[in-house]
Amino acid sequence: MSLHNMRNYICTALLTVILGLFLYYAENNLNPYSVRILNLLAINAILAISLNLIYGFTGMFSLGHAGFMAIGAYVCTLLILTPDQKVAMWLLEDMPDFLLHLSLPFFPAVILGGLVAMLFSLIIAVPSLRLGGDYLGIATLGFAEIIRVVITNIPSITNGSLGIKGIPEYANLWWNYGWLLFTLYFIYALLKSNVGNIFKAIRDDEIAARTMGVNAFFYKVLSFCVGGFFAGVGGALTATLISTIDPKMFNFMLTFNILMIVVAGGLGSITGSILGSVVITIMLEWLRIVEDPFSIGDFEVAGIPGMRMVIFSLMLLLIIIFRRSGLLGMREFSWDAVFNFFNRRKQEEWRRS
Amino acid sequence: MSTLELKEATMQFGGIKAVSDFSMRVPEGCIAGLIGPNGAGKTTVFNMITGFYTPTRGRILFNGLPITGMPPHEICKTGIARTFQNIRLFEGSSALQNVMVGFHVRQKNSWWMPPFYLHLKEEKQIRNQAMDLLVRFGLDRVAHMPAGSLPYGAQRRLEIARALATRPSFLLLDEPAAGMNPQESTELMSLITNVRNDFNLTILLIEHDMKVVMGVCSHIWVLEYGICIAEGDPDHIRNNPKVIEAYLGEEYLKYA
Repeated sequence: MSLHNMRNYICTALLTVILGLFLYYAENNLNPYSVRILNLLAINAILAISLNLIYGFTGMFSLGHAGFMAIGAYVCTLLILTPDQKVAMWLLEDMPDFLLHLSLPFFPAVILGGLVAMLFSLIIAVPSLRLGGDYLGIATLGFAEIIRVVITNIPSITNGSLGIKGIPEYANLWWNYGWLLFTLYFIYALLKSNVGNIFKAIRDDEIAARTMGVNAFFYKVLSFCVGGFFAGVGGALTATLISTIDPKMFNFMLTFNILMIVVAGGLGSITGSILGSVVITIMLEWLRIVEDPFSIGDFEVAGIPGMRMVIFSLMLLLIIIFRRSGLLGMREFSWDAVFNFFNRRKQEEWRRS
Repeated sequence: MSTLELKEATMQFGGIKAVSDFSMRVPEGCIAGLIGPNGAGKTTVFNMITGFYTPTRGRILFNGLPITGMPPHEICKTGIARTFQNIRLFEGSSALQNVMVGFHVRQKNSWWMPPFYLHLKEEKQIRNQAMDLLVRFGLDRVAHMPAGSLPYGAQRRLEIARALATRPSFLLLDEPAAGMNPQESTELMSLITNVRNDFNLTILLIEHDMKVVMGVCSHIWVLEYGICIAEGDPDHIRNNPKVIEAYLGEEYLKYA
């Protein structure tokens, strides 16, 4: 390993430790509201990175994320609830016995949630990935809605439109950020290798990629399934964070929220997805101040509910007008860039003196 | 011995016969040319060979192996590579990444290896080999630049380099000299001959620049309206009255 790589690994490790210390501080000192925002931020980042893999890196316009999240959330929830809770909550129809007594610890439940979501993304991918462009978007949107409608209509398993309440709140800061780091690591490793080159090749020119011996269909399904897995994980974490789920939660607005993060951050940039989820999650909360009543001198202005969405939309418009490829475009964060930046600064100062 | 063989290949789109009963045998190691007026079906022939179209009738053999109707990536595996008439690079990726994608078809690593750090050895090998290819084509200095931002001539060469990365034994070039000035096309001629010798290739090219075609090709097929109207060595083609009438024109004889 070269000295250069060593430096980068050490910097990454240091950053992880700093993140850990920050989380420790946040857990003990920040109020529950701030902690909730930090949690949401991590989950949004997981979802945005997984959608970015599908849309930004492999070029498949997919609007099925809410569906995969719903599957992850329901599978995980059904596995961690106790039989007593299930008996008490299932009012519409009784739950089948084998499901009633099925119960797993949190971690395997999340993984299973992801795996089942991945299985469904495979089932969806095989017929619909023959489509391209906007048609794929419409097809996946349709599948996501089908998933939601099916969940509403099998009350013996999902408790139907009543939803599930009182889910144990396992998803604390450590779990969420742990999963975020794993997502980052896994997808970054894929993209850094030749597999990533192939994904980008399929995005840029599928015909040329196939001529170069790339089994484009296989790699598209692969990208879709990996994205589906992490969407399922994100859904499972969402369920155990906010402790209540119902089918209406997973409508297409959820997909568009994630899509918004991905596009604002930059299609084809992992760093952009993280930055996008930080900016958008925090902005959505912080902008609440514009809805509060305020006074200028003696003049009292009543709060306008919904005002923050107006400002928020304006912000998005500005991003799209002035930075069409998102905040970061296709650029990625790298330690080399950071060090080069500081070295250049130093050299300039040296030259000036 | 022939490498690529088309047997009465016919491609029909609805009522239009783009190529009809076209037979050809490309001898091993030669540089062959496919010429004809616009819309004669030359690129259709390429698309049939590389698997994008399945011929309506007829067969295609590569080294004696039938490849008719195989998907493009399988055909690439058997050793056929191509470039495109309108350059088709992966524009968002760097020049190096473009070539690395070409190496993928001979790569043993599977997709699941990277997260477990099992891919590094072969990956490094691929990166070095890709870099060597770029050096060979004078592109090493732009290796990390986005392919879409390279100058036109460099993009043409990069496309050939990427095709060679798949380790082909047969290379199809679709109008390699398109948009080049006379000096550039002279350089291209020596590049094509050198590449053939260095990589042990058989080359079939489509070209409108007669200087290039007559200069490098040892065997030429002429298509018009999907029908092969003549084949033979350059001298034979140059003097064939049918070819002159259909494609070359009377003036060609005066200036060639």
